[in-house]
Amino acid sequence: MSKYSTHLLVCGGTSCHSSESDAIVCNLRDELEAKGLMDSVQVILTGCFGFCEKGPIVKVMPDNTVYVQVKPEDAQAIVEEHIIKGRKVTRLLLKDPVSKEPVSDPNKMDFFKKQLRIVLRNCGFINPENIDEYIAREGYKALGKVLTEMTSEQVIKEVKDSGQRGRGGAGFSTGLKWELARKNQSDEKYVVCNADEGDPGAFMDRSVLEGDPHSVLEAMVICGYSIGASNGLIYIRAEYPLAIERLKIAIKQAREYGLLGKNILGTGFNFDITLRYGAGAFVCGEETALIHSMEGLRGEPTVKPPFPAESGYRNHPTNVNNVETFAAIPAIILKGAKWFSSIGTGKSKGTKVFALAGKINNVGLIEVPMGTTLREVIFEIGGGIRNGKKFKGIQTGGPSGGCLSEKHLDIPIDFDNLIAAGSIMGSGAMIILDEDDCMVSMAKFFLQFTVEESCGKCAPCRIGNKRLHELLGQICEGKGSIEDLDRLRNMSVVIKDTALCGLGQTSPNPVLSMMDNYYDEYVAHVKDKKCPAGQCKSLMEYVVNPENCVGCTACARVCPVNAISGERKEVHHIDPSICIKCGACMEKCKFDAIFIR
Amino acid sequence: MSKINSIADLKKKRDELQGGLGSRVNDTSNAVHVKVAMATCGIASGAKNVMEFFSEQLERRNIAAVVTQTGCMGYCYAEPTIEVKLPGQDPVVFGFVDLKRADQIIEKYVKTGELVDGIIPVNYQTIDLNV
Repeated sequence: MSKYSTHLLVCGGTSCHSSESDAIVCNLRDELEAKGLMDSVQVILTGCFGFCEKGPIVKVMPDNTVYVQVKPEDAQAIVEEHIIKGRKVTRLLLKDPVSKEPVSDPNKMDFFKKQLRIVLRNCGFINPENIDEYIAREGYKALGKVLTEMTSEQVIKEVKDSGQRGRGGAGFSTGLKWELARKNQSDEKYVVCNADEGDPGAFMDRSVLEGDPHSVLEAMVICGYSIGASNGLIYIRAEYPLAIERLKIAIKQAREYGLLGKNILGTGFNFDITLRYGAGAFVCGEETALIHSMEGLRGEPTVKPPFPAESGYRNHPTNVNNVETFAAIPAIILKGAKWFSSIGTGKSKGTKVFALAGKINNVGLIEVPMGTTLREVIFEIGGGIRNGKKFKGIQTGGPSGGCLSEKHLDIPIDFDNLIAAGSIMGSGAMIILDEDDCMVSMAKFFLQFTVEESCGKCAPCRIGNKRLHELLGQICEGKGSIEDLDRLRNMSVVIKDTALCGLGQTSPNPVLSMMDNYYDEYVAHVKDKKCPAGQCKSLMEYVVNPENCVGCTACARVCPVNAISGERKEVHHIDPSICIKCGACMEKCKFDAIFIR
Repeated sequence: MSKINSIADLKKKRDELQGGLGSRVNDTSNAVHVKVAMATCGIASGAKNVMEFFSEQLERRNIAAVVTQTGCMGYCYAEPTIEVKLPGQDPVVFGFVDLKRADQIIEKYVKTGELVDGIIPVNYQTIDLNV
């Protein structure tokens, strides 16, 4: 059907683009033209292969050969050797890191195995509004296996042995949680799915619910069977209308097939699921607050114990798991605990879904085995930092997590390593920061979030975080002192030690980790009254460089507050007492005559 | 929909469905299959219009095709994204699909097999639960 017999795919991802992928395309086309092959070989620019370290990449289809670190002058060799003579250009092939042998088949390259989709196995593959497509992908098979071949103890043992830990952030063993809920006797028990995804920059759970809602429903029924519950509740934020819609459709279809409701698959087991809507309070992602919210009470946490496994929803034993935790369960049941625990690191098994956001080229949703390094995630899968800027830090775990710096790039990501480095896994939001981000402003930004989301029940969180936020604000305005840095640290430690729930206990984490990793920047703010990243407006001064200024008056005309004076063809001057630091003049100047001091 | 009353029923259903994931129309072996990533983020970037465009235009241009929606493919930076599977070939994912590119995809890739810009190379593995 195609008039082309061969395609040359050239990586046009931002990172390869900067290393001349346009020139490669040009040269390839010229070569093909010269050899009269333009009608049978097509050259095309593609999106990022996610292998930027070895970029630019050229892939030859259909023989599936990948060339790495291709330079524009290699075009001739590719066309003459590969296309015309049918011989691979060995020097452009990837060398296997172990055997040093050249590899051409992407399936044999480790790199293409960096992402492994377990939780996202059906996302972007099936139609989420059609249960048949889920069933065709082995859907509800795990449920069938559990109900007919396994006792509840066996299911729990399997989940425990898999080593899976809660993906909501705390990382508690899923199997153990189920076991505790099972042990507590009651005529009524509940399975709750926590879909109250609240971290800024996080969209893992939304994507799973929008792309594969049945995987969560199936896992909840399996959980119900294991702990002896017949009621399931999904607590989902009302800001997720599409996820809610798709869940409603999924629940309706599952009921029609008898996969929810009475006598599931003729086994006599009953289980049904209903939805509960949250109003978007961050603290309601904490399980006790979530349960109170579902009961119609204020979304405030209570001290544990009693744990929900003993006394949860309406004082009955309740098991609360996160969306991502549930979505992996059918895979664990079908492929076994041994398989799941073979993926990942010592105490963190399986894969983790991350939402990449911020100053990164390939903003998106990825799933990698635990133990993948931050460098691999940011610079290979994520395609590196936007606009060729320098990497500065990565905030993991949302506002409860910490900011890791360049020195942490090679640590393998897992629950324990991130804690050791001063951050947390959290729910999986990763916000990437570049050289233009000010670490005092960033800490202030996250604090602002927790201040707004604090429920106000305990004083350390309600008052302490507010004071922390004020202090950071003063530092940003150049009104801070070196003693304020000690004050920040002391107050942070006290809040962590004394706050009632996870929100307060973790809210100072961004401040502490940023002070640890970027202390010099904090000192620059209080001592030199300078913001090295050039973000804190109060600490900036726009100045005209008299050597470059030609007196074109463009800056004076664009200034909204008339702070710039000067005659035509004479050096201009910015009055700092009037300047509002909007930056319009700098953008307008064609002679690079305005700079920030 | 009739109830699935036993594990044997479920297996029968699965076997029937596995005859082809695109079994919504009777014979898809010669049909082009277009999947549009329709998560919130995709829809916000215009995936709904793209999906309507493909449904309408493929029919108008007399191309046997099945157009369905799916969830997030993970390439937020390149929304709207779609996957096109020509009969007997591996699926290809295209990013940054606005109506202009959608038209190109039909005219070039679907009709002649010529690739167009915006291809997103697959760089992950997915598990197979069929064990």
